[in-house]
Amino acid sequence: MRDEMLKDIISEENLVYKKTDLMTDNVLSYCPGCGHGTAHRIIMEVVDEMGLQEETIGIAPVGCSVLAYEFMNIDMQQAAHGRAPALATGIKKTWPEKFVFTYQGDGDLAAIGTAETLHACNRGENILIVFINNGIYGMTGGQMAPTTLSGMKTSTTPFGRDTALMGNPLKITELVAELPGTQFVTRQAVHTPAAVRKAKKAIKKSIELQRSGNSGTTFVEIVSNCNSGWKLPPVQANKWMVENMFPFYPLGDIKVNGELVK
Amino acid sequence: MGELKLMKGNEAIAEAAIRAGVDAYFGYPITPQSEVIEYLSSQKPEERTGMVLLQAESEVASINMVYGAAGSGKKVMTTSSSPGISLMQEGLSYIAGAELPCVVANVVRGGPGLGTIQPSQADYFQATKGGGHGDYKLIVLAPASVQEMADFIPLAFDLAFKYRNPALILSDGMIGQMMEKVELFDQVPRRTEEEIKKTCPWATTGKPKTRERNIITSLYLDPGTQEQHNYKLQKKYRKMEEDEIRYEKIECDDAEYLFVAYGSSARIAQKAIQLGRKKGMKIGLLRPITLYPFPVPQIREMIPRLKGILSVEMSAGQMIEDVRLAVGDKIPAEHFGRLGGIIHSPTEILEALEQKIIGG
Amino acid sequence: MTEEIIIAGFGGQGVLSMGKILAYSGIMQDQEVSWMPSYGPEMRGGTANVTVILSDERISSPILTEYDTAIILNQQSMDKFEEAVKPGGTLIYDGNGISRHPERKDINIYRIDAADEASSMGLSKIFNMIVLGGYLKVKPLVNLKNVSLGLKKSLPERYHHMLPDNEKAIKRGLEIIQPVHTLD
Repeated sequence: MRDEMLKDIISEENLVYKKTDLMTDNVLSYCPGCGHGTAHRIIMEVVDEMGLQEETIGIAPVGCSVLAYEFMNIDMQQAAHGRAPALATGIKKTWPEKFVFTYQGDGDLAAIGTAETLHACNRGENILIVFINNGIYGMTGGQMAPTTLSGMKTSTTPFGRDTALMGNPLKITELVAELPGTQFVTRQAVHTPAAVRKAKKAIKKSIELQRSGNSGTTFVEIVSNCNSGWKLPPVQANKWMVENMFPFYPLGDIKVNGELVK
Repeated sequence: MGELKLMKGNEAIAEAAIRAGVDAYFGYPITPQSEVIEYLSSQKPEERTGMVLLQAESEVASINMVYGAAGSGKKVMTTSSSPGISLMQEGLSYIAGAELPCVVANVVRGGPGLGTIQPSQADYFQATKGGGHGDYKLIVLAPASVQEMADFIPLAFDLAFKYRNPALILSDGMIGQMMEKVELFDQVPRRTEEEIKKTCPWATTGKPKTRERNIITSLYLDPGTQEQHNYKLQKKYRKMEEDEIRYEKIECDDAEYLFVAYGSSARIAQKAIQLGRKKGMKIGLLRPITLYPFPVPQIREMIPRLKGILSVEMSAGQMIEDVRLAVGDKIPAEHFGRLGGIIHSPTEILEALEQKIIGG
Repeated sequence: MTEEIIIAGFGGQGVLSMGKILAYSGIMQDQEVSWMPSYGPEMRGGTANVTVILSDERISSPILTEYDTAIILNQQSMDKFEEAVKPGGTLIYDGNGISRHPERKDINIYRIDAADEASSMGLSKIFNMIVLGGYLKVKPLVNLKNVSLGLKKSLPERYHHMLPDNEKAIKRGLEIIQPVHTLD
């Protein structure tokens, strides 16, 4: 009975949404409510819609998305912690016609990989960097990230991030926007359907820029939640993100056509 | 006969890289091997062959650029000297784990730490025992002349691609900085993209509909799978030990005493043999050309005819461990070497043989 | 034939390039050659030396402790290398700036005042080629035709307009070297 119902639901005339073939059938390893799955999907949708599967090489980081290659149905490499932009440089420099992107979290991109990030952006490598910022180390169990907010509790800042000791949350996206090598830098989110549509547009614009010529790095930050690390149910995690993360990490374009947005 | 040139070892590496059809070089300057990237820069390799040349922001970045390009099937290399090679160990471990072919040259200087820019052979353990974390090996070639600096570039790439394993050229400041006559091999064309896709079906070159996606990774979260992966690597290393040992024997036919020495030390030991033979001492040299795999059977085979072995290396005694593993307690085997960037003289080597082996 | 040479002086005197030209000349004459410099911070303004070996056979150690010939261009190098000449070997030196002249009696000693000569020729840059000429007079192991070829190979093309001056300097060196003490 149940099976027949399911069959009916997924029959062609009843379909309102179909997963892109560029997402594999592997079950996502992310926690329920996490933004990673959506972020993966919109990148793969754009690659699919633009017919770029054969032209695309992706780099997975170390962090929760270390297994991104299990979910994205494209050729991918898995990098050492923080080194994804160096791998991407090596690939793009030797396969200049390909579309190359990295997918990195905040610890990977803005702590251990800061040098690789800044220098790839400063050289203006013709790659897309997708930066998932949830202000915490998810995979290792909720430790402080470079982007952890001031006063925010994590397993290594159980009494809140003391900026006098641990430094201030790093706005690396604003930092890379200052570099002449970046052409398009934007901050997005995937917590509502509207935000997902905007984030997908930003990804699409980035990839179109990458395909239309060699004019520098495109950089898309996605502010996301980590309900496990934040110890909040998904809905409340999103609410907390809107109230606390967005004021410090405001959404919107930061650099367009190589010019900082005023 | 190929083109004859007087070149530094470092320059020979660079010229050989262009001629071997290398697709990319990523590197970071460090004494005593900065001539590699300087020479490449002077040659406009982009114009000569289309080879990519990039000065990276660090050795960490260089080796990871190598990882990325190697994972996409390209013929790619980097060079550095000891402190820089230490920084590359993370990347090398990943590259070995992900089974990618690439070539790295270490023009060794004295350590530990910042050490000295003078020649040393104290990176033997790091080179031959893995170097980074995990169970893995690099194929290690030890050139003893500028000619071999050039010739070992294509050889290292052949081995690297044959075994899908990084190959390391272990030289030192002496071989890097000295000039000798080099006969350069003719230009080898770079492979086309079609050739790369055909010969490296595992590479991330973009997924067509006709094949499964290619994944380059060293991550196997399931311990059982990780163990199987490790067994696969070990099988590969055993195969190398069977098929890839390279060495040279000099004046060994009547030798009663044997020097085992590679690279610079092998050159100096040859002079010591000349001096010793003038005094009537029957000395020979076994020069390992591959340090991994190490010529264990070749040393064992000589033992019945020998009275003793002196392992000569500019270190506190690293290769001697492999020599002793080969020799056991059958005959005396001792180490001699100067440390910290001092190059031992032929006379010192001969005296060490007299004191430690003949008189010992 | 194997000739083991040390050339030693100040950085900037053209010690390394003189060795390189000699080595390239050896290649032109089908010899095996090696050129091994001292390198490092001492290159900048301090002493510089290079070991050059020319041979009919495969060369063993490019680094040596005793030499068939020492070409010495400053006092520090005299102090360091006079004793390193093999008995019966040869020492060639430029008297400019030398306060303690060589004293050994078991070697051949020649003097070439190349620095003075170069400045009177108005060609101080090719000082080292005058020295090379002097060496070739004493040890004619490479013929002048091959030295010219070696010179051309060693110099980058943008300096090829200086080839005639260099050759002139080598010829001058052949003329002005003087024996101080010889064994035969």
